[in-house]
Amino acid sequence: MALFILRRLLQSLFVLLAVSVVVFFAVYAVGDPIELLVSPEVGQAERAALVARLGLDLPIWQQYGHFLWNALHGDLGNSFVHSMPAIELILQRMPATFELVVVAIFLTCILGIPLGMVAGLYRDAPLGRGIMATSVLGFSLPNFWQGMVFILLFAVWLGWLPASGRGPTVEVLGIPFSIFTAEGWRHVAMPAVNLAVANIALILRLTASGVVEARNQEYVKFARAKGIKPGRIVRRHILRNILIPVVTVIGMEFGSLIAYSTITETVFSWPGMGKLLIDSVYQLDRPVVVAYVMLVTLLFVVINLIVDILYAVLDPRVQLLEPAH
Amino acid sequence: MADTTNKPSVPTRDPIQDTPHRHAILKKLNARPTIRGSVIALALLMAFVLFAPFFAPQNPYDLMALNIMDGRLPPGAESMEGSRYWLGTDSQGRDMLSAILYGLRMGAVFLSTVIGTVAGLLAAFKGGWVDTVVMRLVDFILGFPTILVALVLLAVLGRGVDKVVIALVVVQWAHYARIMRGRALQERRKEYIEAAQNLGFPSWRIMAFHLMPNCLSPVLVFATIQIATAIVLEATLSFLGVGVPITEPSLGLLIASGFEYLLSGDYWISMFPGVALLLLILSINIIGDRLRASLDPR
Repeated sequence: MALFILRRLLQSLFVLLAVSVVVFFAVYAVGDPIELLVSPEVGQAERAALVARLGLDLPIWQQYGHFLWNALHGDLGNSFVHSMPAIELILQRMPATFELVVVAIFLTCILGIPLGMVAGLYRDAPLGRGIMATSVLGFSLPNFWQGMVFILLFAVWLGWLPASGRGPTVEVLGIPFSIFTAEGWRHVAMPAVNLAVANIALILRLTASGVVEARNQEYVKFARAKGIKPGRIVRRHILRNILIPVVTVIGMEFGSLIAYSTITETVFSWPGMGKLLIDSVYQLDRPVVVAYVMLVTLLFVVINLIVDILYAVLDPRVQLLEPAH
Repeated sequence: MADTTNKPSVPTRDPIQDTPHRHAILKKLNARPTIRGSVIALALLMAFVLFAPFFAPQNPYDLMALNIMDGRLPPGAESMEGSRYWLGTDSQGRDMLSAILYGLRMGAVFLSTVIGTVAGLLAAFKGGWVDTVVMRLVDFILGFPTILVALVLLAVLGRGVDKVVIALVVVQWAHYARIMRGRALQERRKEYIEAAQNLGFPSWRIMAFHLMPNCLSPVLVFATIQIATAIVLEATLSFLGVGVPITEPSLGLLIASGFEYLLSGDYWISMFPGVALLLLILSINIIGDRLRASLDPR
């Protein structure tokens, strides 16, 4: 176990290093780094000073060492637009994104798993077929367009929900949240559903195929032969066995939801880090883009690591290391 | 030697075409009405896309054809010259019907899928250290969500049609490489490959004409679904403003351009391109889903 974790940690470090090299060469070596990293408004003398400070006159490998050293100390440059450290700016926006993602995951759990169970148990009935057909629609709907249809329907035509923003926030442990007020929930509802729809469809299908597979297993037949009530078979025998892959996928989806929240945040003007990325791309705020890439890579590496380890802990059948040849 | 009548008659049809398996699959596919609907919808969309210049009332990217006085007209309104805009117009007086038809053509990013397949194929067959490098690279790319990789690539590279294609290829080739490799490893041990090797064929020939045709079916099934993914991805990136430039036709851009007018109730600018996109994705997904279900023996 310790060896497995150690090996995965080393792999993760390697991935981070690889991303840093790619980002470094994309920003510093391919384009003109002065143009990318120094705001066009600064004067000639200041520009020269910045070139010296950023070490842009050094050989390329020294520049990379410089970049890596600064990155390890949490310094990925200052935002031109907001004139504050890029990392700080992103960390400020992170809670809003996390809030959205957590609500979306919650919706996925309470809708995706039960619907998937029903679809799997009544696979050949109209109900099951209907659910499965609707799920295809669920992941076919382009995320951004679906969000706009929501706005048109619930904000413009019906006027039930606000079209954009986060609403009033309440500080809990010094971090602003909007899910603690009713008004906040009105704001979070549409973006969260928008983010969750494709995910619900995915989890629903995964659960359904798991149920179909588990239903014909020997242990379920045996339970049925013993005369156990169908409801209990579903809850205790089928659900428990299919939950491991489903929970793993939900865990992995946490990461993709952070990525997909970029779209949702843009449509609903949700002040999260995805919106920040898009705004920074528009405003040519390169340090923020670089910081976002590095931070999100770190986040993903950590999520993948946790999911891998959890999977191994949850399911004893998973082999941690390849058997010796 | 001249007497051929006693010999058993030579089968005139390809034996593969007669396998009951194939019939069963086609029958299964045919049994669902949704499948037929999807195929018809897809064929119609394709026909529209191919013949867009003949169908479309105007060329939406020819500035001479546009009249700013016709801006933001609701569906069915009459233009200044008297012709009718069936689906309304956008802010620059572009006919929505025409713009959708042209936009779909840019949305068809089949090219990147083809490049992805070929790249994955070549990479998967070499084995040894090439295999190790390729598979680590695949793991690396698949470790991140597609949208994130594409978004980051475009954020760093800047916008442009070529860059969108690069981003799509980068995020999609890995899937094909993984599928092709898995299939090819199974297939490589079979006798016909050994026979071809013993006949002294060069390895590229064995790869291209012996191994590849026998590995293609799972890739093709996967590709149907990936086409939909690619189209959505392109539209999404263009919608976010990091995809193709504004001067290029793209459904994503079209939908994005209508977004600012959505709150004032001008729904048609965003709605109709969205419906076209949804129809395209939905029919591809249904076909892909059924195809997979039919080919899966379970």
